[in-house]
Amino acid sequence: MTILKVLGKTCGFFGYVIQYACVTHCTFEYIGDFVMCSGPSMEPTLESNNILLTEHLTPRLQRLRRGDIVIAKSPSNPKQNICKRITGLPGDKVKGHFPKRSQVVPRGHVWLEGDNSGNSSDSRLYGPVPQGLIRSRVVCRVWPLNKISSLTEY
Amino acid sequence: MQPALNPESTDTDYVFLSRWAVRDYNIRRGDVISLSSPKDPNQKIIKRVVALQGDVVSTMGYKNKYLKVPEGHCWVEGDHTGHTLDSNTFGPVSLGLINAKAVCIVWPPARWQKLEAKLPESRKPLSIAM
Repeated sequence: MTILKVLGKTCGFFGYVIQYACVTHCTFEYIGDFVMCSGPSMEPTLESNNILLTEHLTPRLQRLRRGDIVIAKSPSNPKQNICKRITGLPGDKVKGHFPKRSQVVPRGHVWLEGDNSGNSSDSRLYGPVPQGLIRSRVVCRVWPLNKISSLTEY
Repeated sequence: MQPALNPESTDTDYVFLSRWAVRDYNIRRGDVISLSSPKDPNQKIIKRVVALQGDVVSTMGYKNKYLKVPEGHCWVEGDHTGHTLDSNTFGPVSLGLINAKAVCIVWPPARWQKLEAKLPESRKPLSIAM
């Protein structure tokens, strides 16, 4: 009898664990999550090892705007994420760097640039980035505590 | 993707998509994959991988006749040449856009089969990267 009771309790416990794991996964996958960014490309707005709160709804609903900071998969290495600012939406005229001429951002793409334009590999290097690669939009910085600030422009 | 999928355009095939197979982005030439369209992020498309990064492909109607697929990209084409919107229109696609790999056709039952990784001899890349 006791064995059955213990077994029942264990099953119930694991049921709860699975439920919470599912809820956490869905929240982080579809609503928002925390990202730690590293690298100099977004200085002075963001520094290395800042932790950012991001949300996944805006990219999913295609409500991205110029000036938003987004987390995207790197076009040249899908296992790496990049954190850049959107400076051009489809149809905008932007200036490339290496073929130094202006070009129009094609449909379904965005133009990403780092704030630290001298030390950033961004769309000026690899061209417009498909919107399908954008994972989330940065809402605010949560770490370090003395620099908590909103990073949206509206 | 005719004739591998939907051989008659009246009835549609349902395929099983495996996300697990592409978790490390190691796809092979000839695989059928689903990816979100670079032109419209809401749209999913299903194509066959023709070339991986570093391969040289001869394109059909793209702006360059020959093209080396850049790092982290692949070249995808539909099987039904001429009736397909693929890399010949929008260029090489980033691996990050890949959602899943199509493993088998599950419906209708008469068409139940595995999707093999095959590539017509004429569409093989001109040079294959190591």
